[in-house]
Amino acid sequence: MSGHLRFISGGALTTVQDEGRVGWQRHGISASGAIDRRLMHLANALVGNPLAEAVLEITLAGPEFVVEADAVRLALTGADFPLSINDRPAAAWRAHALRRGDRVRIGTARGGMRGYLALAGGLMVAPVLGSRSTHTRSSIGGFRGRRLEAGDEIPIGGDQDAAAPLLGCPQPPDFGGPVRVVLGPQADAFTEEAVATLLGAPFTVSVRADRMGAELDGPVLAHRDGFNIISDGIVNGSIQVPGHGRPVVLLADRQSTGGYPKIATVISADLGRIGQRRPGDEVRFSAVSPEEAIAIARAAADEERALIAALAPAADHAAPTTERLLAANLISGVVSGRDTSGEP
Amino acid sequence: MTDAETIHHPGYRQPRFLPAGDAALSVELGDAIDETINARVVALEEALAARHVAGVIETVPTYRSLLVLFDPLVATHAGIAAAVRELWPPPERAAGARRLWRVPVCYGGEMGADLDFVARAHDLTTDEVVALHTAPTYRVYMIGFAPGFAYLGGLDERLVTSRREVPRPKTPPGSISIGGRQAAVSPPMEVPSGWHLLGRTAARSYDPRREQPFLFGPGDLICFHAVDAAGHAALIRAAEAGEEIVAPEEAGGAPSGATS
Repeated sequence: MSGHLRFISGGALTTVQDEGRVGWQRHGISASGAIDRRLMHLANALVGNPLAEAVLEITLAGPEFVVEADAVRLALTGADFPLSINDRPAAAWRAHALRRGDRVRIGTARGGMRGYLALAGGLMVAPVLGSRSTHTRSSIGGFRGRRLEAGDEIPIGGDQDAAAPLLGCPQPPDFGGPVRVVLGPQADAFTEEAVATLLGAPFTVSVRADRMGAELDGPVLAHRDGFNIISDGIVNGSIQVPGHGRPVVLLADRQSTGGYPKIATVISADLGRIGQRRPGDEVRFSAVSPEEAIAIARAAADEERALIAALAPAADHAAPTTERLLAANLISGVVSGRDTSGEP
Repeated sequence: MTDAETIHHPGYRQPRFLPAGDAALSVELGDAIDETINARVVALEEALAARHVAGVIETVPTYRSLLVLFDPLVATHAGIAAAVRELWPPPERAAGARRLWRVPVCYGGEMGADLDFVARAHDLTTDEVVALHTAPTYRVYMIGFAPGFAYLGGLDERLVTSRREVPRPKTPPGSISIGGRQAAVSPPMEVPSGWHLLGRTAARSYDPRREQPFLFGPGDLICFHAVDAAGHAALIRAAEAGEEIVAPEEAGGAPSGATS
């Protein structure tokens, strides 16, 4: 049986997201979708959903809601959000069984930026152009094309297997480390110094960071001659540099096309690393070749499959402690930005 | 650039392949806003679609480039580039296959806040601006920036106007605008813009309720015609009721005004 979640608070920015709109960019439609696909996939896997099922993407300060449905499993992945169920702390990175009337509250993230909340059976908002993702700027998709607010009632699909064992993720992935890029498509629109600066200097995420893109503070990148190009297509991770010289990493809600040169492109495996940095956090870039980038994408897909295969019935019901999170490299990865991933 | 082809063709002899991360390749065919280059982009997109290259997820045609998004687990930059080289040069599309849209516009007043400004800037009357804007057959170069937002080439030289110094954070739905040498049709939603607003159309270039949510595509032709406020209001009502108030015609031959 299905039902809905009744929201007491929507949190800072909570939206319905999935894999985004595929095939419509040629019509000016922003792709949107979860900023960190791997964490969305893991949240879905924890509750037995197809990996691409719609989830709630929560940002910095989470929502609060009441379950007005029969038994349903829930799992939270991503940034270090405090989660409570009926005012009792509950662990992230594992499934929980909820009953009608349960009240779920997600607090303010202690580290990281975005979390992914999956409900078994998914969220039953109507797909628009093949996706349930919300694009708030054009009011397309999700729940009425906007972020969730107090009073919203979000229909859920209903858990077909509510008695299934509650899975946990024994080794949550971290999202620290340098952000790898492939130079171009318009690196030649910049001075050699600008390219060296991009790859050598530390940047910090500015307050001008949202689902559309993250503008970075730090050294200014100089264009070779002028900052207007003939508009062309933009991908997830394009690093566009407008006239002010500050790089902007374009993310899921980016416009489909743009007229500023793009010095480099963040590889898909590292989009989550950018997506988890909050204003003030450091970002360092390193360059890989297109061939290396493809090899990394393939390795990341294998790694994700291994993570999902390793999900196992959760052993304990204890709340996450700082020690456990440190042991999982979660806090260290987020706060220090050190590369703890072991990737090349 | 002295070889024979570049003298007759403004585009590159061979495409430039520019990687855009691990999952996309930008195929650049020239370095100008030019009808011939853009026609090649459209033709290349069609040829590539017909080829069904494994791993290609979607393509985004723009003025002078085709962005090819692919699944890096299946395809590679080199593989996509090889497929494009095999298709090069793409066959030109038959002129008869173009679609022509006749788009109704209510000009001036509160419908077109900048009509007076544009007239003064060029020492024209507002009627003359409307006449110059409705005369050409425009070419759709690309759709981008917002859902169904159409970038058009073919603006009369006498209407070329630098963009506003201060862009507007919001412009009315269905705005018909000009900026520099370009013209545009807005979708039925508010978008930010620094271009000059001449009028509004009831035609909904994007409407998710329709089976075909989008009207215009790259390579299409557009003609504008003026309607009065009452006519516009009637068209708005019809469009909001879900009626299709514009339909494409098959167009032959070259567009009269669509040279750059």
